[in-house]
Amino acid sequence: MPPHYFASMNNPVIRKYVSVDKRSVKVNGTDLLLNEQGADFGEFMKQIYHACSISYLKFFKMDPQSKLGFVAAKILLQDDDRDRFEPEEKAIVLANSASSLNTDEKYFESINDIPSPAVFVYTLPNIVAGEICIHHNLKGENTFFIQEEFDIQFMVSYLNILFSTTNTRKAIAGWVEVDLDDNYRAFLMDVEKEGSSEIQGNFTVDFIHQIFKL
Amino acid sequence: MEELKEKLKVQLIAQLNLEDITPEDINSSDPLFGEGLGLDSIDALEIIVLLQKEYGIKIEDTKKGKEIFQSIDTLAAYITENRK
Repeated sequence: MPPHYFASMNNPVIRKYVSVDKRSVKVNGTDLLLNEQGADFGEFMKQIYHACSISYLKFFKMDPQSKLGFVAAKILLQDDDRDRFEPEEKAIVLANSASSLNTDEKYFESINDIPSPAVFVYTLPNIVAGEICIHHNLKGENTFFIQEEFDIQFMVSYLNILFSTTNTRKAIAGWVEVDLDDNYRAFLMDVEKEGSSEIQGNFTVDFIHQIFKL
Repeated sequence: MEELKEKLKVQLIAQLNLEDITPEDINSSDPLFGEGLGLDSIDALEIIVLLQKEYGIKIEDTKKGKEIFQSIDTLAAYITENRK
């Protein structure tokens, strides 16, 4: 069945979106935190952690990709009413290009000596989704795609299919990547199947193209 | 033994990425798992690696792990008895 068939059945909306890169943290396109000192990845993640008053010691044990996705999701869901939907109605669909290569390489280096179990457990790209699910009690669909670049058309089609064919009513969707050169970007959207009172825009390819570039 | 305990606290903080915890925060007799430092099963594996790397100790009988890893006190006592 073509994706537009499902798209026509729903009217999903983007309630909120968050972007994190080496320059800043943005919420709905507006700066929340700037990396004015040009802090490196680890230091910037720590600054975000403290600025957002996050209290979760496991954060410091995560690999870079999980840290990035975790802070982005934390900011995204900060003001969310956790009980509005059942955990099984909340999905997470993420994508990136580098998979978990950054951590894979670190683990590969460690096997010359005694390999680190704590690094090994992060050698899959979807671990970041698991960390987010555990913290926010998401028990619905859980998928991680590897794509050359963020395929917005695919993401819109996939979520429309989820909203139409499963009990999914809310989804955290987007891009979370830390590559081998330590470049990083997280772009997460809080998408709901039906319109709510406060929305940023419709969950459409054109609108996402617009906000992903901001 | 006291010197070893202090060294172990520093090593655990580094190996297990225990952010915002200082050696002074760790009471040598406090449980390391569950309550106390709240370590988990992956942390237990990291401590096994630490013992092997830093003290040349291999824990052959995994059933003894629970007893050995109970606290800094028990860990230090085991290292003292078994270090090479």
